[in-house]
Amino acid sequence: MKRIITILLLGVTGYFVADAVFSIPFGVDKLNIAKEYLLNSPEELKVANTVTAVVVNFRGFDTLGEVTVLFLAATGLGSILFRRRKYHTGLNPQREAPQASRIVQVGGKLLFPLILLLGAYVFIHGHLTPGGGFQGGVIIATGYLLLLVSFRKFAVKHSSLTWVEAVAGVTFAGIGLTGLVFGKDFLENFLPTGVLNSLLSGGIVGIIYVAVGFKVASELTGILDTMLSIKVEVDEENEEN
Amino acid sequence: MTEELMQQILKISFYGASLALILIGLYGVLTKKNLIKILLSMAIAESGLNLLFVAIGYIMNGTAPIFSTAVLDENNQLLETVTMVDPIPQALVLTAIVIGLGVTAVGLALVIRLYKHHNTINIDEIRNLKW
Repeated sequence: MKRIITILLLGVTGYFVADAVFSIPFGVDKLNIAKEYLLNSPEELKVANTVTAVVVNFRGFDTLGEVTVLFLAATGLGSILFRRRKYHTGLNPQREAPQASRIVQVGGKLLFPLILLLGAYVFIHGHLTPGGGFQGGVIIATGYLLLLVSFRKFAVKHSSLTWVEAVAGVTFAGIGLTGLVFGKDFLENFLPTGVLNSLLSGGIVGIIYVAVGFKVASELTGILDTMLSIKVEVDEENEEN
Repeated sequence: MTEELMQQILKISFYGASLALILIGLYGVLTKKNLIKILLSMAIAESGLNLLFVAIGYIMNGTAPIFSTAVLDENNQLLETVTMVDPIPQALVLTAIVIGLGVTAVGLALVIRLYKHHNTINIDEIRNLKW
């Protein structure tokens, strides 16, 4: 009965939403402000990837807020799942995952530096090729996830993660504020822009995306380690209750 | 003629698929009892929304909005034959994906806490919210 009501409700909702969505023309030129972005990105800013130019420069303030939201998510997750940590080294005695097989361990060790390299490549070339700080950061976090699942006692040092994250965040905001010193707006480009399609182009865009890459990588690694190192103690909780 | 037919087929498949994903996600949120399944349904609805955004920004025969050497002539001018798709929906979707990741992570953390407290993740058995 409940299921039928749900399907009816979704049918009505879906009909009206579809009515609105299908009136949007598909595949035609609807560019409005994007024309400016497509013109300015290679001409003035010398950034080949227009999506990066939009994310980091034209709407850089949005990205600062987005990075803040990610930071808040990581911090909130840590405070929700808080346990007093007894370890400060690279070993985590609290995790009780089953030991992975030798093949997974050797493969993880072999792949880890290559994954780090790929992630660094993706965020360093964020203004030239598809990808950028967020994508590269996620790739690096998957490398740490590989180590976390293949070695039972592996743990990352949260103090160094916090430092990397803090330095990256301060770099992002500091570059934005430095623009004010040069008489520009917040997060406006103040460095020489270089030549289109070369690595050192785009002024502050590349630097900011590298900072975002480090920040996202450290935050996601912290989230993964926090989630993997909790031990569900059902029996103890019940005894306390 | 075939161009227009192609456009119609693409429109129906992209818009239809994204709407279907959104509705599947909403259905899961409304009917499932397992908290992790509810979170996954939210993620499905969100991916449908992202797909809809990117589909709206598409332009027929457009390339990715990247000024690589393949689409530029020797004077760094865009070739006449190349049209580029809208970059703004792609940038917005990039933001939305990251925010969605944060939402999912915090939701999973709350589910872990609820499981520790109530020893179940079935929302019918967690009675603290009912009056």
